[in-house]
Amino acid sequence: MLSIMVPGPLAMLQDMGVVGYQSAGFPQTGAADKDALRKANLLVGNAQNEACIEMVLMGITTYFTKAAVIAITGADIAPQLNWEPIPMNRAIAVKKGDTFTSSYAKSGCRAYFAIAGGFDVPRVMGSKSTNLKLKTGGFEGRKLRTGDLLPYQEISLPPETLAKRSIAAAPYDKQVTLRVVLGPQENAFTENGMNIFLSSEYLVDPNSDRMGIRLKGEAVESQNGTDIISDGIAYGSVQIPANGQPIILGADRQTTGGYVKIATVITRDMPKTAQLKPGDAVRFAAISVKEAQKLYKAYEKEMRALAKRFQ
Amino acid sequence: MSLVHILPAGDCALVVEFENKIAPEVNARVMQLCAAIKGSAIKGVVDFIPTFRSVLVSYDPLVISYNKLQKRLQKLSEIKSDAANNTARIFHIPVCYGGEFGEDIGDVAAHTGLSVDEVVAMHSEKPYLIYMLGFLPGFPYLGGLNEKLFTPRLPSPRTSIPAGSVGIGGEQTGIYPLASPGGWRLIGRTPLKPYDAKREEPILYAAGDYIKFDPVSETEYNKIEKAVQENTYTYTIEKRGT
Repeated sequence: MLSIMVPGPLAMLQDMGVVGYQSAGFPQTGAADKDALRKANLLVGNAQNEACIEMVLMGITTYFTKAAVIAITGADIAPQLNWEPIPMNRAIAVKKGDTFTSSYAKSGCRAYFAIAGGFDVPRVMGSKSTNLKLKTGGFEGRKLRTGDLLPYQEISLPPETLAKRSIAAAPYDKQVTLRVVLGPQENAFTENGMNIFLSSEYLVDPNSDRMGIRLKGEAVESQNGTDIISDGIAYGSVQIPANGQPIILGADRQTTGGYVKIATVITRDMPKTAQLKPGDAVRFAAISVKEAQKLYKAYEKEMRALAKRFQ
Repeated sequence: MSLVHILPAGDCALVVEFENKIAPEVNARVMQLCAAIKGSAIKGVVDFIPTFRSVLVSYDPLVISYNKLQKRLQKLSEIKSDAANNTARIFHIPVCYGGEFGEDIGDVAAHTGLSVDEVVAMHSEKPYLIYMLGFLPGFPYLGGLNEKLFTPRLPSPRTSIPAGSVGIGGEQTGIYPLASPGGWRLIGRTPLKPYDAKREEPILYAAGDYIKFDPVSETEYNKIEKAVQENTYTYTIEKRGT
């Protein structure tokens, strides 16, 4: 068991999310930073879609009742094992009785804690992701609390291979440019509105969460209002409500909505949105679908190479 | 047949848009396309969300490119098929109207000038088309509410509406599958669970199906509620047109 001693402000299980139920109104959920999730899993030899603990702004403190192999990716939470610093982005062998501590995220916003073999919790709609709003999935459908005991398989990896199980830290900047594919409703905006959207700097609002990153800045001007007949919302959709302030819709978004969507953040750049803190700055840059899909393929190729390296 | 617009929604999704209005014939084309997508099993299509007048299709760009999928879907949207109509089902939803289950039914009667019995009779008269599901798992956007029953929403929404509540909000009617805040006038409640994560089919019905509300007494309501809990309830599902 993984015994949670200090859960931090918001720690919960997330995997790649629910697939195939969006037509029924069931949200996708899943890790906010899928790049960090997949890499954490690869480091410990898991399938890339295994559930990890997603930790927001601060890491957990926890105790191991049996041996394990773990890895921490994402935001740098200065992890320690038995009060000795351990590296981020690397597979670490843990003994029975060890204590893991961590602190405030020095850079980035979300860190991921993977354990070899994965957490042994029931799947809801095929996923181990926590849905906080519906109170289902993950560990008892909620965020982790002090005293929680998370079951895991005791899986060891050959010690001599652990050292090579490491990756470079992802850089998390306080100013990011997010590449977007314009549309589907880019025609709903004035030329001026589109220029504002593509040239302004927006600041991340404290009300941002897993559902959406709310931005503050110059209002994006629409032609005839911002309401449309409700339609489906893609991961990364940039919605413009009546006040003209963009919202980037994330993992916990509703499946449908009635506001115009000016653009969609490309899959490759969505992990960056998960690492933004309130006050960080965002700019948007438009690229074609073709370019976006090229970047998508290049990333998947990198991930295949990484998986191969750890085999 | 009117024009179909296919637009990118990022690098992993696209949206197929039909006419820009809420109407059964437009929604029928949405359902036809969904049936055609299912039927043709296009490699790379991951998920799709049918809505009033469009379908959001998620796909894997490693398997199929935007251009290729766009062409396939353009063709599929132009084919007229009866597949959707043949698979539509009518789900009977027992509802106990009024009393503690539908405390606003008096408001609806007062606003519409009908008696409570007339409100119940009119509301449960004919099946409603499920245009789409959204907002909450299993929350149906229904079409076809009798104009005489149109009643404005509450001036200020309730912070929590019990699961299973059936209400009227403006020109719409529907079921709250989960406890949720909401501003609709509550006229009754169903003991069925439109959404249950533990059930093999977590959502009872799908977009394109129909819902028919059947009035039941409080005694029947309690009986059905017990049967649902014990997993012995038999759902009444008709095939449309039979």
